[in-house]
Amino acid sequence: MMASSYSAKEEDGHHSGSAGLGGTAIRTRKPDNTAFKQQRLPAWQPILTAGTVLPAFFIIGLIFIPIGIGLFVTSNNIKEFEIDYTGTDMSSPCFNCSQSFSWNSTTPCRCVLFFSLDQPFESNVFMYYGLSNFYQNHRRYVKSRDDSQLNGDERSLKEPSKECEPYRTNENKPIAPCGAIANSMFNDTLDLFYIDPNGTQTQIPFIKKGIAWWTDKHVKFRNPSSSNPNLTAVFIDTAKPVNWRKPVYELDTDPENNGFINEDFIVWMRTAALPTFRKLYRIIQKKNNMTPTLPRGNYSLEVTYNYPVRSFEGRKRMILSTISWMGGKNPFLGIAYITVGSICFFLGVVLLFIHHKYGNRNNSSDIPN
Amino acid sequence: QCTGEESWVDSRTVYIGHKVPPPGTEAYIPQRFPDNRVVSSKYTFWNFIPKNLFEQFRRIANFYFLIIFLVQLIIDTPTSPMTSGLPLFFVITVTAIKQGYEDWIRHKADNAVNQCPVHVIQHGKVVRKQSQKLQVGDIVQVKEDETFPCDLILLSTSREDGTCFVTTASLDGESSHKTYYAVQDTKAFNTAEEVDTLHNGIIISKCSLSCLVSLAVAIYTGMETKMALNYQSKSQKRSAVEKSMNAYLIVYLGILISKALINTVLKYVWQANPNRDEPWYNQKTETERQRHLIRAFTDFLAFMVLFNYIIPVSMYVTVEMQKFLGSYFILWDDDMFDEELGEGPLVNTSDLNEELGQVEYVFTDKTGTLTENNMELRECCILPGAEREELFFRALCLCHTVQVKEEETVDGIKRGIHQGKSTSFYISSSPDEVALVEGMKRLGFTYLRLKDSHMEILNREDEMERFELLEVLNFDSVRRRMSVIVKSSSGEYYLFCKGADSSIFPRVVSGKVEQVRARVEHNAVEGLRTLCVAYKKLTHEEYDQTCRLLNSAKLALQDRDKKLAEAYDVIEKDFILLGATAVEDRLQDKAADTIESLHKAGMKVWVLTGDKMETAAATCYASKLFHRNTQILELTTKRTEEQSLHDVLFDLSRTVLRQLSGDYQDYGLIIDGATLSAVLKPTQDVTSNGGNYKEIFLEICRNCSAVLCCRMAPLQKAQIVKLIKASKEHPITLAIGDGANDVSMILEAHVGIGIMGKEGRQAARNSDYAITKFKHLKKMLLVHGHYYYIRIAELVQYFFYKNVCFIFPQFLYQFFCGFSQQPLYDTAYLTLYNISFTSLPILLYSLMEQHINMDILKRDPSLYRDIAKNSLLRWPTFIYWTLLGVFDAMVFFFGAFFLFDNTTFTSNGQMFGNWTFGTLVFTVLVFTVTLKLALDTHYWTWINHFVIWGSLLFYVIFSLLWGGIIWPFLNYQRMYYVFMQMLSSGPAWLSIILLIIVSLLPDVVKKVLCRALCPTTTERIQVRQHNSHDLHFHREEKIQLAYMSNIYKCVYISVIDSFLKEIILYTVTICLGR
Repeated sequence: MMASSYSAKEEDGHHSGSAGLGGTAIRTRKPDNTAFKQQRLPAWQPILTAGTVLPAFFIIGLIFIPIGIGLFVTSNNIKEFEIDYTGTDMSSPCFNCSQSFSWNSTTPCRCVLFFSLDQPFESNVFMYYGLSNFYQNHRRYVKSRDDSQLNGDERSLKEPSKECEPYRTNENKPIAPCGAIANSMFNDTLDLFYIDPNGTQTQIPFIKKGIAWWTDKHVKFRNPSSSNPNLTAVFIDTAKPVNWRKPVYELDTDPENNGFINEDFIVWMRTAALPTFRKLYRIIQKKNNMTPTLPRGNYSLEVTYNYPVRSFEGRKRMILSTISWMGGKNPFLGIAYITVGSICFFLGVVLLFIHHKYGNRNNSSDIPN
Repeated sequence: QCTGEESWVDSRTVYIGHKVPPPGTEAYIPQRFPDNRVVSSKYTFWNFIPKNLFEQFRRIANFYFLIIFLVQLIIDTPTSPMTSGLPLFFVITVTAIKQGYEDWIRHKADNAVNQCPVHVIQHGKVVRKQSQKLQVGDIVQVKEDETFPCDLILLSTSREDGTCFVTTASLDGESSHKTYYAVQDTKAFNTAEEVDTLHNGIIISKCSLSCLVSLAVAIYTGMETKMALNYQSKSQKRSAVEKSMNAYLIVYLGILISKALINTVLKYVWQANPNRDEPWYNQKTETERQRHLIRAFTDFLAFMVLFNYIIPVSMYVTVEMQKFLGSYFILWDDDMFDEELGEGPLVNTSDLNEELGQVEYVFTDKTGTLTENNMELRECCILPGAEREELFFRALCLCHTVQVKEEETVDGIKRGIHQGKSTSFYISSSPDEVALVEGMKRLGFTYLRLKDSHMEILNREDEMERFELLEVLNFDSVRRRMSVIVKSSSGEYYLFCKGADSSIFPRVVSGKVEQVRARVEHNAVEGLRTLCVAYKKLTHEEYDQTCRLLNSAKLALQDRDKKLAEAYDVIEKDFILLGATAVEDRLQDKAADTIESLHKAGMKVWVLTGDKMETAAATCYASKLFHRNTQILELTTKRTEEQSLHDVLFDLSRTVLRQLSGDYQDYGLIIDGATLSAVLKPTQDVTSNGGNYKEIFLEICRNCSAVLCCRMAPLQKAQIVKLIKASKEHPITLAIGDGANDVSMILEAHVGIGIMGKEGRQAARNSDYAITKFKHLKKMLLVHGHYYYIRIAELVQYFFYKNVCFIFPQFLYQFFCGFSQQPLYDTAYLTLYNISFTSLPILLYSLMEQHINMDILKRDPSLYRDIAKNSLLRWPTFIYWTLLGVFDAMVFFFGAFFLFDNTTFTSNGQMFGNWTFGTLVFTVLVFTVTLKLALDTHYWTWINHFVIWGSLLFYVIFSLLWGGIIWPFLNYQRMYYVFMQMLSSGPAWLSIILLIIVSLLPDVVKKVLCRALCPTTTERIQVRQHNSHDLHFHREEKIQLAYMSNIYKCVYISVIDSFLKEIILYTVTICLGR
């Protein structure tokens, strides 16, 4: 018995052994004869051979190529226009603004860019601003926010999370909204004018709602004590972010779009994955079926230049794009589908050849015993 | 076998019955001896947690994760400590639970031992005590069939001569009875003075006693007993798979460190421009600006933390669980269950499961392993003459050391063996003797008992014959014979001798040696164990002379053994040959089939036996180890007597090497113990041709398909195993045996298998696995071993692969986020990837996978060659998996990268952020690695379906839930609705599907091409199996039919067999001189 105490299973066996010695009936440890225990569960036993994989390759090829063509065509039908207004060139109208930038200037610097659209934009047009070389995905930047503050938590409003450093407090007042992301919110104002052939400029009406995720706007972001409509009172003990020109409760006149639930703000707060990114700025809605949203012709883009990018060699762009069911212009997906589909098809042919040549040999050949 | 502690055992002074030492003795320092508590458990209730934690963190992987965890706690790292803390906690807990459970069972066993009652004599009274309270110096009373609670010195017994018989079955597995003599001074109850420890006087605990009552004094107690000392020396075996796993781990550690280094350096290069380092929108805090010196180091650590998942945290725990749970399939196996014994296989360690699939050398014992160890007298060959015949039977009845045990109580085991045949049975240290005496009984001569030094025999006419036993010349393996001198009732002195033919024939003066020799050789070739019987008559004077000779030798103070041997040599000569006996030790069921299968599977089978060459060789032929066309090479004492060892070796190696150039010839080698030790002995002369015999010997062995080593001492068996283990290919060895003499080799070999046979359980206990019959080895290796190996190989490779897939995108992401250690995935994904999203499918795969049906594996042993030499875990395979992982990771990352590059993903124009990017990559990742496993799965039971699709579903549900609500108590909500938003976008779906297919494509193509162009045997069989799938049921029916008819055949044969045997036994074959 002593010796038997060195392993659980062994012990098991020995116990029954000593029980047997005691004169009980013949001991059995006979295992149950279940399919599972005998490793004989019924099973599907597929194997990957040229024969079985062939059809899959052809099917993938046959499905992917049309999808790819469809995507490619859709992507090509999407109208997209992009204009860089950084103003690094001497010739650029925004050159002066970009050079003479100062955080403290009270008079906004304005510049106007002219451009023309060769093709009319038929459906709704989405207006984006794009930044390059801007590391919104930098770790220090990504974490520099306080989600509970943005969710309307009173305590976080008074005492923002430490993650917000060094944008946490200003002059001993908590910053609302705190953190580097909020602090660096994009604050250029873009206005678009259509220039009639006769020279009159008509401002194109923008919609500024619906640019942020619905859930962000209605759940994730909330103003503190939303019962109190007077946002000025709510944010009374807080400081505005250092680089902001106006406090958070003056972002918009519309109370539904002011404070933390300002959609421009929410859009900015969703940090981009890559250093070159674009963010939705405004939507230009189609008025009626008769006229295109943006007809062919000349336009002017009026920029209120508030956002400095020169220091980190950044670029600023304005993008106009229509949208299909598959989003914006993205030729990559279509090309990728066509390529993969073709490769699969090609592989299918190769495998067919191989299967034809070697498959029979394998099946007939005997295994040397 | 317990040489280790012999030096440790110095003499100790024990006062029997705790008497006060007599005043005369010099200063007596009361020694403190431990009590008799036996502790095999590792932990107590109190120290479990600290001790277990300490044990676990001694494991390098756990320690590594602990360090990572601590680093995360101390410095500012990209991921929360949770991400490594939680998996580590999980791993530690699972292991602790397992170890705690095992220890609890040990505690229970210890308690059972420690609390069993012992009779102790205190102040002249018998007192019952718990075993654990026994003290050194206590006088213990042990009754018949009881086991000794500790190491004892025998003081006296109920027998007048102060002897007792001890079975050491549970210690060394030998069921034979050993005689122990009480210390002379205390034979008759004198409670006496000092008892010094005579080493040979110690009876070791756990041996059961078979004389009525004995008194003994406790010498070594508790953890100091020989038993406990023996057990502590068991060393840990590690499998080849584990070794490659550790090698891979080191490679990955290297990759990890270089990744972190590269990123740290690049980070500083990138940061050289202050506008990049600290643009206006992303200022540093004061503290971040200050610590410049240690900053680089903490950055390095932070990168380490970010990439640390490349070392799979859960691999060890999964491997452990796989081994532990997987071993149950052996325990449960119905085919390996033995109805007779009512026992199935045992798994003593599950660490070596996969090693069963890697065996290259099988070392097997003969007696009891290949054979049944159920001796039966098959033949008596008696030289003609009525007087001789009578003497022959007398000789066999008298010339032995068998004891008779009267059976009073009906005892479980004994009843099983001798069912109702007699009320008494024979016990002896040699099963051959028992077989002979029992054979005699069946022929009408019953040995009754030894009474007053008279041996009593009941002859055919039921008359009692009494012979006075005068001398016993004990058996020894050098003389290979034993003799007795008896005095018949008519006053004649006889010397009966029986022994091996080679030791008897030279001493025979009369008798037809040639005929007997022919018969003996014939029998030996048939695999029977033969003994020759001879006698001589002694006159009274001769007897007196003999007596004197013996006594002077016995009393010699110096060279007693040598003198005894010389005396024996003088006495045992001038024999008259009586005849020979043949005892059969039948081959085990299907032993030949098993050996043939092992051969086909590419294993080399060596038989190591203590038997003599002829018998062993015969068994080898019978068990198909040697075939008829095998050319036998002999390396025996017989040959080395003629030639020098050197010449013989070179001769043989020349013979063997010729094979390489010319036609193929099957070689078998026979070597005996004496020659082996000569070969292994380091040569004295260092001349060029003196050389290294070992190498030449190994070279010969390597070219022989089968090797038979006979006349082996137990330690030599281990030596051989060691020799092969250390040879330059480092083959995986397996040793299988049933007796205590096999323990050394079982412990030495990579895998030790014990057979639960008649010789006790010692081998089974020291083994890694124990089976009931030799034939089960076939299924154990060919089916279970094969499965375990492919399962664990895939498990290991897959684990590294999936972690490369997991971490490499993070590495790539650093290039696009300014080397800021921004994690690509959310914390929850980082934490749960290894412990829940991808853990179960691979665990289940590693438990259930059957790439080929087990029937085919069993039928076609050559498949075993496909996995030989750790073929699935070689470097090329490993590199392939790693590259595949890197490729897949590139596909995930750059696929998502190009899709995200400057475009809108949704139909409402809204944009996605970095967390959606990570989630997209992660989703593709989880699906790809799971589907990759699905592609590798060849055996889809409903459980596989459930787990694979279930774990994907779990991932989706978890993600929905994780992003579905604003989690309270969480200081960030970055995942809120990210997953749903992603799923609401058409292009995201399309790209997920695309990326999954692209990343799976190369592997599928590689598989298909390999299978088509250069298929392995395994793959061909799979195709065949697949093609014949619709015929499957039909075939199975056929097999069943064939099987049934086989059973009938077997039954038929065995009926005939037993019938024949009866005939042979009852009508003695008398070979008459023709």
